[in-house]
Amino acid sequence: MTLNDIKETGKKATRDGFGDGLLAVGKSNNSVVALCADLLGSLKMGDFKKEFPERFFQVGIAEANMMGLAAGLATAGKIPYTGTFANFSTGRVYDQIRQSIAYSDKNVKICASHAGVTLGEDGATHQILEDVGMMKMLPGMTVINPCDYEQTRLATIAIAEHHGPVYLRFGRPSWPIFTEGMPFVIGKGIQLQEGTDVSIIATGHLVWKAIEAARILSERGISVDLINIHTIKPLDTEIILNSISRTGCVVTAEEHQRNGGLGDSVAQLLALNKPVPQEYVAVNDSFGESGKPEELLEKYGMGKKDVVSAALKAISRK
Amino acid sequence: MQSSAELQKLEQIASQVRRDIVRMVFYASSGHPGGSLGCADFMTSLFFHQMNHNPSFKMEGKNEDVFFLSNGHISPVFYSVLARSGYFPIEELASFRFINSRLQGHPATHEGLPGIRVASGSLGQGISVAAGMALAKKLDKDPSLVYVLTGDGELQEGQIWEAAMYAAFNKLDNIIVTVDWNGQQIDGPNDKVLSLGDLKGKWISFGWDVMEAQGNDMKSIVEAVSDAKSRTGNGKPIVILMHTQMGFGVDFMMGSHEWHGIAPNAEQLEKALAQLPESLGDYPAPKL
Repeated sequence: MTLNDIKETGKKATRDGFGDGLLAVGKSNNSVVALCADLLGSLKMGDFKKEFPERFFQVGIAEANMMGLAAGLATAGKIPYTGTFANFSTGRVYDQIRQSIAYSDKNVKICASHAGVTLGEDGATHQILEDVGMMKMLPGMTVINPCDYEQTRLATIAIAEHHGPVYLRFGRPSWPIFTEGMPFVIGKGIQLQEGTDVSIIATGHLVWKAIEAARILSERGISVDLINIHTIKPLDTEIILNSISRTGCVVTAEEHQRNGGLGDSVAQLLALNKPVPQEYVAVNDSFGESGKPEELLEKYGMGKKDVVSAALKAISRK
Repeated sequence: MQSSAELQKLEQIASQVRRDIVRMVFYASSGHPGGSLGCADFMTSLFFHQMNHNPSFKMEGKNEDVFFLSNGHISPVFYSVLARSGYFPIEELASFRFINSRLQGHPATHEGLPGIRVASGSLGQGISVAAGMALAKKLDKDPSLVYVLTGDGELQEGQIWEAAMYAAFNKLDNIIVTVDWNGQQIDGPNDKVLSLGDLKGKWISFGWDVMEAQGNDMKSIVEAVSDAKSRTGNGKPIVILMHTQMGFGVDFMMGSHEWHGIAPNAEQLEKALAQLPESLGDYPAPKL
C-alpha cells in the first residue's frame, strides 16, 4: 500500500461507526448488552436500543454506577458495552474501572466518545486529553483509538470476541473515511506506506492529518513510512521497530497529551530497543478550549503543518 | 421460624467464624476484626442457612444465590464462611495477608480464590455490581437472589445512592442489601464523622422496601433474612438495616471504633479465644 492507494470514500463521525458496529455485534452475539449514561443520541446507541430494548440499560447521569452495573453484568457472563463521553468514561470513574473492572478482570467494553479537542465548542471541561494515559496504565486493559468511521465500526465488532476489559476511544466530528477494505485486528498496526526518511506513527483522528502531511512531504521528496496504530495497548512493537530500522527517526501523532499517550508508549519501546530521534505531535501539557475542531487542532499543535514540521525536525536530528 | 436446635448450631458456627477472624488478624498482624466480628452472625446465617449457593464455585453464578461484599475490609469474616462452607480448604485461612496468598487483605478475584466475584475495598461499589448481576438474572429469567453487604460509613459514598436510585427505579426486586449499621467508622462514630441522618427515611424515599434487624441475635437475623426473601418479587429492592456492634463476641473489642483495623497481641488473642467456643476445629496456625 502507498499513499496513492488511500482514498477518501466519504465522511462520517467515528461515533457513527460505534453505533453501527454496536448494532451489528448485537445481532451476531446475544451476550452483548449496552449501557448508556443519558447520552443515547451522542453515542449513536439508538439503533441498538430500538432493536434490543431488553438488552439496553439507560442508567441516567450516574457513570460510577454504570461501571459497577457493567462489572456485575460481566460477572454473569454478559458482554457489556458502556457508552458516555470519554471524560466521564475515564477520569470520573477511574476507581470504579480500576477495582470493579480491571483488577477484577471483567469483560467490559468501555466505549468513549467526544475524546480530545475535536469535540469542539463545549470546551475543556469535556475535552479529555489524558484518557489514553489513564487507561493504558491499568494492567490488563486494552486501549484502542480507531481513526475513522469504518475502523471504529470494525473495532466495535472485534472487541466482543476479545476477553477482557477494553477502552475504545472515538470522537464527535465528521471525519474522512479512508480505511474501507482494510482489515482490523486488535494489536496489529496498519502499514499505510513504507518509506525510508521518517516514520510517522499516528492514531485516531490524527491518522488523516498524518496522511495529509505525508503527501506534502512526498511532494518535497521525503519518503515517509506511515503507520496507523489503532491499538495503543498492546502496542504492535514489531511494525514500529521494523519501520524505525528503515527510517532511523520517528514522529508520533495523536489527539492527546504528550504525557501518557501513544508517543510515550513508542518512546518507551525505542528507549528499550533502539533509541532514535522522536518528535511528538500532541498537546503539550495544556487544557483545550472552545472552538471548531480544525481550529483547535491547529492551535494546539496537531494540524497537518505540525506533522510536517515535526517530521522535518526529526529528520534533522538523525 | 427456626428450631432452637438449628439456631444453636448456627450460633456455634458463628463462634468458630469469630475464632477464625481473630486468629487470622492476629497471625497477619493486621486486618479488620471489628466489622468482621459484628457481621459474623449475619454471614453465618447467609452461608449456612439462607443462601442457595454452590461451593464448587462458578463465577457466573447461574441459578444460585450470589453474595457480594461491598465493605471489603471485613474480608476475614468472608474468607472464614467461604472456607467453612467448602469453597476452599480451611487450612488456607492461615495464608491471610501473607505474600503469594489467594487471601488478599481485601477480597480479589485476581488470584482466583473461589467465592469472590469482584474485588472490593475501595468503598461504595458493591451495590452497583450486585445490581448488574441482578439485571443479568432478570434477563436470563433466573429466579435466584443477589445479596450484598455494605458498611454504614460506606453509605457516605455517592455511588451508593446512584445504585439505590437505579435499583428502585428499575424494580430490581431480586436484590437484598444489608447495611452493617454499627454506627462506627475509622475516625469515630458516624454521628461525629458525617451523620447518616434519617437512614431509614433515606432508603424509603429512594423507593426501597426497608427492614430492620438485630444483627447480633441469630434468631432476629435469620428471621429478618427469611422475611426479606419473602418480600422479593414485589417490585422493590430490599434493604435490611442491621443493628450490630463492632467487635461483637469479644468483650474488649465491642462497641468501639478502636478495633476497626488493628490486630490483637498474643495476650489479647488468648483473652478473645477464651470467649469464643471452638465448634468446628481451628485451622492450623501458620508457621511464622
